[in-house]
Amino acid sequence: MADQRIFVKGNEAVAMGALDAGLKGYFGYPITPQNEIPEFMSKYLPEAGGAFVQAESELAAINMVLGAASTGKRAMTSSSGPGISLMQETISNMAGGETPCVIVNMMRGGPGVGDINTAQGDYFQATRGGGHGDYRTPCLAPATCQEAYDLTIAAFDLAFAYRTPVLLVGDAILGQMKEPLLRRPPIAIDPAEGADWRLGGTSGPNRRFVRSLHLAEGKLAEVNLRLQEKYRAIQAHARFESFQTEDAELVVVAFGSTGRIVKSGVRKLRARGLKVGLFRPISLYPFPEQALRDLAYSGKRFLTIEHNMGQMVDDVRLAVRGLADSDFYGALPGNIPNPDEFEAAIERACA
Amino acid sequence: MSETIAFTRTPSVADVASHYCPGCQHGVAHRLVAEYLDGMGLAEKTIMVTSIGCSVLLYNYLLFDAVEAPHGRAPAAATGIKRTNPDKVVFTYQGDGDLASIGMGEIMHAANRGERITVVFVNNTVYGMTGGQMAPTTLIGQKTTTSPAGRCSSNEGMPMRMAEIMAALPGVAFSARVALNSVKHIAQAKKAMRHAFEAQLEDRGLGFVELLATCPTNWKMDAVQANERIEKELIPYYPLGVFKDAKKSGVC
Ligand SMILES: Cc1ncc(C[n+]2csc(CCOP(=O)(O)OP(=O)(O)O)c2C)c(N)n1
Ligand code: SF4
Repeated sequence: MADQRIFVKGNEAVAMGALDAGLKGYFGYPITPQNEIPEFMSKYLPEAGGAFVQAESELAAINMVLGAASTGKRAMTSSSGPGISLMQETISNMAGGETPCVIVNMMRGGPGVGDINTAQGDYFQATRGGGHGDYRTPCLAPATCQEAYDLTIAAFDLAFAYRTPVLLVGDAILGQMKEPLLRRPPIAIDPAEGADWRLGGTSGPNRRFVRSLHLAEGKLAEVNLRLQEKYRAIQAHARFESFQTEDAELVVVAFGSTGRIVKSGVRKLRARGLKVGLFRPISLYPFPEQALRDLAYSGKRFLTIEHNMGQMVDDVRLAVRGLADSDFYGALPGNIPNPDEFEAAIERACA
Repeated sequence: MSETIAFTRTPSVADVASHYCPGCQHGVAHRLVAEYLDGMGLAEKTIMVTSIGCSVLLYNYLLFDAVEAPHGRAPAAATGIKRTNPDKVVFTYQGDGDLASIGMGEIMHAANRGERITVVFVNNTVYGMTGGQMAPTTLIGQKTTTSPAGRCSSNEGMPMRMAEIMAALPGVAFSARVALNSVKHIAQAKKAMRHAFEAQLEDRGLGFVELLATCPTNWKMDAVQANERIEKELIPYYPLGVFKDAKKSGVC
């Protein structure tokens, strides 16, 4: 068969992934640098029998997702930093109400309105729950267009397997760059997906509800314990890429676009004889803690590189605690990271 | 002696004691919704969106499938349900704080898009659940815990007449204001409820019904006084009636 690769932007890859994952509702509000996602959806989702609504705000968008998702439909939204902040109230409600959906954050610089240039400053927000209360959201961080496509599909599966909102975080680099993509045939969704809880018109004593309010004594504690059990089970889904770490003396930890830039730096430095490797967390939550800890056991040193002022480095330090520490190099938000800058930082750490 | 049953429970109202205060009319509003949907045989295709306020436990009393929306966001959640499930009957049930304050954006835009949903809006002129603070619907001069000297228009603006505001939006097919303070008014309310659902069922647009209701607790009145207040103070500012009944739906 002929090569069916197409050449698309990261944002389009995400949108195609969602469509091929059986998306039935997309609700969003424009913000740079992710506008290609709603633009794609407005054209192709109705053609595929789904619903597209340009919401009046991110608050409305995520609540439209809540509505559609409560009926067991595959629904998603996408945004960038400031918009994701507005959605946090409802993401918290959906975590509490155990409503599966996918939320895409193509990160830009912050805090506040910041700029529209690329950054990775929303790591804490993405991995610590982001809204109020005791909850977590699984979070996947692709580094290539193909991975963006594949992980969007994986995000829906994870969301429904665990009845939870799942985040997909990229950044302006991933969203805006073009790469070849191999698209798969659309997935046939199991018609029973979500059947035991989805709202569809049951009345009488067996009617269903999706909610996060629990006022009866002891009820909320029960729910919170159940959520924690779920998050423990999700630990089994930790994903990462380990590149030339076996014999490496220094392991660079970096995610998303930064991970990808670091990878070419590692290749170059290897060619010059430096024993360096890359560890790239693909799931930021669950953080691939054990794999990183194993590297620490075998005596590696660590350098965390992020496009922010130091966020994931906390998780790296937690993972290797008692065995090692990690240096940190942060590319400043608002500046496009320069591969030479990373290379120089790795070289310094090797010294 | 033979017994005549004068009142039966409509099946979609749960047989449980409610948490509402004595004299509160949320219960009457619930019953009107359930009577209509049961009467039309729609219970099996209804999904309701509950909101935040005293009625947050709506799903304990109305036995329809339900999703709970965060404060104010019910019309957006309803939009998501209806757009992906056009065959379902979808309604929101919202208080005045929920709909006219924090959720003003969501209701205006859902109405403007002409979402095929029904909005049941309970206007009791205060925030009930949080202890009687001022609402956008609080009357001028009305004392609340956050307008202790009485609401003053120069400081807090005028009370918002939502049924009229909704009627001005092209996407709204039906908008009416009714009251729950007398048998006659409840009969009118029943009719308005029907029309508000018919607007959705006939694919004409959004159906909106505003119910003037009591909050005896926060009005610091007994039930009889509260009913009288609706007649004497609320209706003069919030006239009853149908503000819009459009028979045709909009086209692109
Ligand atoms: C985001 C958010 N802000 C504030 C609250 C607190 N709150 C709960 S109910 C309520 C007011 C509800 O009043 P209304 O809609 O008039 O309903 P009523 O209680 O009178 O029936 C408020 C402000 C909340 N739950 N969520
Ligand atoms: S506080 Fe007011 S609205 Fe709430 S239950 Fe009591 S009377 Fe009803």
